[in-house]
Amino acid sequence: MALSGLLLGTATIGLRAAAQPEEQVIKMLARRFTYTPDKLTLKQGVPVILELTTADVLMGFNAPDFGVRADIIPGQVARVRLVPNKPGTFTFLCDIFCGSGHETMSGTITVVA
Amino acid sequence: MRHPIDRREFLKLAGLGGVVFASSLGAARAAGTMGAAKGGTYDEFYFVQLSDTHWGFQGPPNPDAKGTLKKAVAAVNSMSEQPDFIVFTGDLTHTTDDPKERRQRLAQFKEIVSELKVKDVRFMPGEHDASLDRGEAYQEFFGKTHYTFDHKGVHFIALDNVSDPRALIGDEQLQWLAADLRQQPQEANIVVLTHRPLFDLYPQWDWATRDGAQAIDLLMPHPNVTVFYGHIHQEHHKMTGHIAHHAAKGLMFPLPVAGSQPQRNPLPWDPAHPYQGLGFRDIEAEAKNAEFKLTELPVVKA
Repeated sequence: MALSGLLLGTATIGLRAAAQPEEQVIKMLARRFTYTPDKLTLKQGVPVILELTTADVLMGFNAPDFGVRADIIPGQVARVRLVPNKPGTFTFLCDIFCGSGHETMSGTITVVA
Repeated sequence: MRHPIDRREFLKLAGLGGVVFASSLGAARAAGTMGAAKGGTYDEFYFVQLSDTHWGFQGPPNPDAKGTLKKAVAAVNSMSEQPDFIVFTGDLTHTTDDPKERRQRLAQFKEIVSELKVKDVRFMPGEHDASLDRGEAYQEFFGKTHYTFDHKGVHFIALDNVSDPRALIGDEQLQWLAADLRQQPQEANIVVLTHRPLFDLYPQWDWATRDGAQAIDLLMPHPNVTVFYGHIHQEHHKMTGHIAHHAAKGLMFPLPVAGSQPQRNPLPWDPAHPYQGLGFRDIEAEAKNAEFKLTELPVVKA
């Protein structure tokens, strides 16, 4: 019984893995006062992982329309999962004041159906 | 005792009259639960709010970048009845990455506003002044970034939501706020002065304070609270529950209405209407009606 239970469990895990393909990872680099890339096009309903790094100082990443934000700390990778749950074009921005060009440091996320 | 109607009449005659907005000191009063008398009597008085002077800015949005602040000082000095005091709600200077230049701008700003006839002037920083060095240079010139003072029965609280570059008030200051509010009667007349909006006005343009909701929660038990702030370079009025929030115009360049264009770029200078969208605010605390009356005034006479 114990063995069959174990086998059943393994099969279930295998099925789940097959049903959920690995989410796309998008690498983004922040540097004063830009993101690269600064325009993302995502498919509605398909989550992505953003891997954010900074080339210089502490930065923020904030996509308020999707309830996602992160500190981008020098020397570290910030990972956030973004679910593009509505179509349209939305702003993301640096929300940590980082210098004289901070207020222009933003980009867009376009979600297509 | 002031005679506010007479004084407003003067403002009209002088060509300075602007839009008047009445803000009840106690929205709870409007609901019939209390009035200013119950909240603690105060004498009528008025003060002036100037904001977002951005000294050091250069660019097409204001061809008179070196003259606008001086004109605003002259406009305040020309008021026939001088205010009890003046507040500057942040972004005194335009940001610079150079600490030496930052100090020069702060020094020049201080020198210009020293020409104000009224010497009781209260300052607070904006993110342009303080976010790159956590308020170090600002404090060298203007002292503490958060503080309280009392004036004729009204308790004023200056909150700093900019020295932390993450747009946080921070736990330490929130505890300080909570302790201060505990010292106040529940129905005290409270005015909060700050730079950023405490509520999420438009986070897409960084028009928010990340932990502002915690400050509002602390203020909510008090029925007589009004907030005056800057940051968004335009007049804006918003209620969160019974708390009124009033944003002031700036004195360097106006910004667009939230979300009205893709970027929050300054509105262009209109040679046909110079200084349009810039101005300052006269705020009357009227004991009789338990309300603030806001009069928006231009930099130069029409």
